[in-house]
Amino acid sequence: MATTRSPLRPRKSRVLTAVMAVYLLYTLVPLAWLLISATKTQQDLLSTSGLALGGTFALFDNIAETFTHDGGIFLRWLGNTLLYVVLGAGGATVLATAAGYGLAKYRFRGRRAVFAVLLGAIAIPGTALAVPTFLMFSNLGLTNTPWAIIIPSLVSPFGLYLVWTYAVEAVPDDLLEAARIDGAGELRIFFTVTLRLLLPGVVTVALFAVVSTWNNYFLPLIMLSEPDWYPLTVGLNQWSAQASGVGAQPIYHLVITGAVITIVPLVVAFLLLQRFWQSGLTAGSVKQ
Amino acid sequence: MSPTRRSRQVAIVLATALATALSACSSGDGGTAAGGTTGTQDAVDAALREGGEITYWSWTPSAKAQVEAFQQEFPNVKVNYVNAGTGNDHYTKLQNAVKAGSGAPDVAQIEYQALPQFAMTGALVDLGQYGFNAFEDDYTPSTWNSVKVGGGLFGLPQDSGPMALFYNKEVFDRHGLTVPKTWDEYVETARKLHTADPTKYITSDTGDAGFATSMIWQAGGKPFTTDGKNVKIDLQDEGARKWTATWDELVEEKLVSTIPGWSDAWYKALGDGTIATLATGAWMPGVLESSVPGGAGKWAVAPLPTYDGKTPVTAENGGGGQSVLKQSAKPALAAAFVRWLNNGNGVKPFLDSGGFPATKADLESSAFKDEAAPYFGGQQINQVLTAAAGQVVPGWSYLPYQLYANSVFGDTVGKSYADSTSLDPGLTAWQQALVDYGNQQGFTVTTG
Amino acid sequence: MTSISAPVRSAPAPPARTARRSRVDRRGWLFVAPFLVVFALVFLAPIAYALWLSLFREQVFFGGTEFVGLDNYAAVLGDAKFWESFFRVLLFLVVQVPVMLGSALVAALAIDSARLHAAGLFRIVIFLPYAVPAVVATLMWGFIYGDTFGLAADLNELLGRKVVEPLSGDWVLVSIGNVVTWEFVGYNMLILYSALKVVPHDLYEAAAIDGAGTLRTIVSVKLPAIRGALVIATIFSIIGSFQLFNEPNILRALAPNAISTFYTPNMYAYNLSFSGQQYNYSATVAIVMGVITAVIAYVVQLRGSRKGV
Repeated sequence: MATTRSPLRPRKSRVLTAVMAVYLLYTLVPLAWLLISATKTQQDLLSTSGLALGGTFALFDNIAETFTHDGGIFLRWLGNTLLYVVLGAGGATVLATAAGYGLAKYRFRGRRAVFAVLLGAIAIPGTALAVPTFLMFSNLGLTNTPWAIIIPSLVSPFGLYLVWTYAVEAVPDDLLEAARIDGAGELRIFFTVTLRLLLPGVVTVALFAVVSTWNNYFLPLIMLSEPDWYPLTVGLNQWSAQASGVGAQPIYHLVITGAVITIVPLVVAFLLLQRFWQSGLTAGSVKQ
Repeated sequence: MSPTRRSRQVAIVLATALATALSACSSGDGGTAAGGTTGTQDAVDAALREGGEITYWSWTPSAKAQVEAFQQEFPNVKVNYVNAGTGNDHYTKLQNAVKAGSGAPDVAQIEYQALPQFAMTGALVDLGQYGFNAFEDDYTPSTWNSVKVGGGLFGLPQDSGPMALFYNKEVFDRHGLTVPKTWDEYVETARKLHTADPTKYITSDTGDAGFATSMIWQAGGKPFTTDGKNVKIDLQDEGARKWTATWDELVEEKLVSTIPGWSDAWYKALGDGTIATLATGAWMPGVLESSVPGGAGKWAVAPLPTYDGKTPVTAENGGGGQSVLKQSAKPALAAAFVRWLNNGNGVKPFLDSGGFPATKADLESSAFKDEAAPYFGGQQINQVLTAAAGQVVPGWSYLPYQLYANSVFGDTVGKSYADSTSLDPGLTAWQQALVDYGNQQGFTVTTG
Repeated sequence: MTSISAPVRSAPAPPARTARRSRVDRRGWLFVAPFLVVFALVFLAPIAYALWLSLFREQVFFGGTEFVGLDNYAAVLGDAKFWESFFRVLLFLVVQVPVMLGSALVAALAIDSARLHAAGLFRIVIFLPYAVPAVVATLMWGFIYGDTFGLAADLNELLGRKVVEPLSGDWVLVSIGNVVTWEFVGYNMLILYSALKVVPHDLYEAAAIDGAGTLRTIVSVKLPAIRGALVIATIFSIIGSFQLFNEPNILRALAPNAISTFYTPNMYAYNLSFSGQQYNYSATVAIVMGVITAVIAYVVQLRGSRKGV
């Protein structure tokens, strides 16, 4: 089942490679712009062309300033983001794994209804539900606390679907039956037998949950009023927004450098865990 | 982890959520502004002696220094300073907290244009009950008028933005232009400049509600009048038409740059002469000095052009003050903080950060007026700006829902800007949107 | 319910035929319940609350709250702004989704074809933009789009006159489409590529023995084999298009006249709430849009699963 190559082993095509290289360029130019801009001072940013280097190479100064500006708040935002990712994406992975496995391997009433409800629910625009959610959380005293970000992050319908489809293939029914005959309880089976088999799927779900939590913008924007609880995305946007109006203080160079610092950990995570998530995705084709 | 126990807990939370959610929507209280209470400052002084903890939301550059200075002076008071966002982000959060019934700060920065909205929805404390009406003579008439809504006093003014003409002297000199005294001359200057160098524009304007209303204000227009539930909107009154008659020429002939204000490109354009003038509030020097280093030594300040070229008149653009929220558990202490900020020792750190005050004493002090500004080539710019503070056309008021109005400006007047056509149809469309909205919200809206 | 799981039947691992044992096994709830409880709290409860809100009208300034039945729904259906925004995202969907999925498919087929030099590099680089937060991606493209100082200006200078104005009214929808495409081609490519990887290779062998060329192998073997993945990718792209928000909302600061407050249905709902404090009407817009989205997604599923089965 693992083989992917066409049996003919075709020769490499330069034309195809060239065509794809054009697309690669399209992907890379904006990122190159971002990286180059991160090396410029605020002055150079406003006076030199986008893809050319500025007069001074200020990348390290910018990084230092990003971390020290306004009492080092950026570091706090980074810490918050990590907190939300660990608890939110971590929790989402646990819940989606358990539920996906439950749906794949147990036959119970309402199983298919779950899928219908999931699909219906994600069709409602989340941004438009922001106000009801805000009012509810406010009544529960959860707004302006990390819980307002973490609790909604715990649900990953796509993660659930991914594990569901993955578990069907990866966890053989015979193995479960054998474990049951040996007298193992359902939870014990889950932790000793199932989890190991599901690992590539779980890593994939975790990675996508991490991305969506890391990139989460709209919910924290509404739920949080204290910058001390902001994640990176909202913090960066606040830095960007302070360029306008009475008392404007544009710090575009820090916004750009901060953006680069925001992206890097995700890219590194994807590169390092490539082997896992690619095999995890193979079983079920899902969009986060 | 025990999923069953966990799920029971979550189920309880969920049940509470649903219950509170359902009850929350039946409790809408459409409050209105109380009409003018009076009292003395005794309660405020007592609260200040007693001390306590309050929260303050603001995005002004001076806020942090002010809070620190206040806590040094009153160690028994703890002020939690929060920068909840700039402009609309700040108001959205404030609005949400008011709507939710909790989570609002004790004191918030609120600009003059936004104040009626929060006052009329019953979110703010009338400071008249603490005897603050006694401070009237300390402030310029236009700023004092801006914190009064329906007879109540809903804040103390912090800064003001009497408008002046900021111009790039280097560009003017290079093309042999003189500083326009009338708006007709201004249009003429725009033509000359753009003809001489097509990359240069007299100014940039992509449609900004704050600017448009200020320009109508200067032209003598009074498009918004509110009396309790009754609102009158006339965006085609004499003043409005006077402004559009001039400004249409600039828009239709594409003499204004379409670089959106406050974007990185805009800052660039201010530095390299692409934008040659700015008609804006007196708080602008601080922005230029800190954020347009390329313009140092090039910019200068002149009085705002007028229509007749004789009587100097101007309008306010931007500016605001601090208000006490009704949700505050310590309104008297909060009021004490507001008094300190804008009628006490808080004014100095504000001035130190480059703010333009609303207090007469500071505007009239010679130290302030005669200060030579190095950025402006040593010009005593405050001479021009403080003079403008005394020349603001009286009697202006914003809509009780100005924030909403500003948000739909681009949908209506923005079309005129995008098509480079007369602004009058745009203003008429804007008026219609505002009439509809006001009527939906329970006002009785009439038009001119 | 069968229709919901129908498209999945053609996916590599369909949940529809998952449980082979026929007896009802309630122990499954043990695993599913925790997820469902949180799901109910953060999805179903707000939807229920929004439904409730949509039956009332509140006047923020005067008059309090009154029950209006289905009046809000009638108003939405007759609201020109709502339909303008709806047809705008529909146009967006009809153009952008095929471009995005087409590019993703070409990229996936190219990488899978083994005819590409350095295929692994292409795979990871094309996927990279997915790791860029929408906020950052839009801020970045916003700088680039500037036709006074951005790369657009450099391009115009190269061409000798103002040819591209990405932030003007005529262009801005294309510009938004470009940002979305840039962000998500890699992601969709990966989904399709993953599906291609599990196509049994004896199918290729059979095609090769039949003497099928590259193109025929793609059309008659590969595409049918990954139809499930294509349908899923299409459905989520449709939902994404109808919910378009972050990109236009952030670009609005740079194109205030080209992007209105009701540019997309989601922006309309947002601005009704946050600028206009019209919470009830906003909730109604959200629900109507959700229903339309669900219906269209459902129809696509039906068609996608029926074709050729």
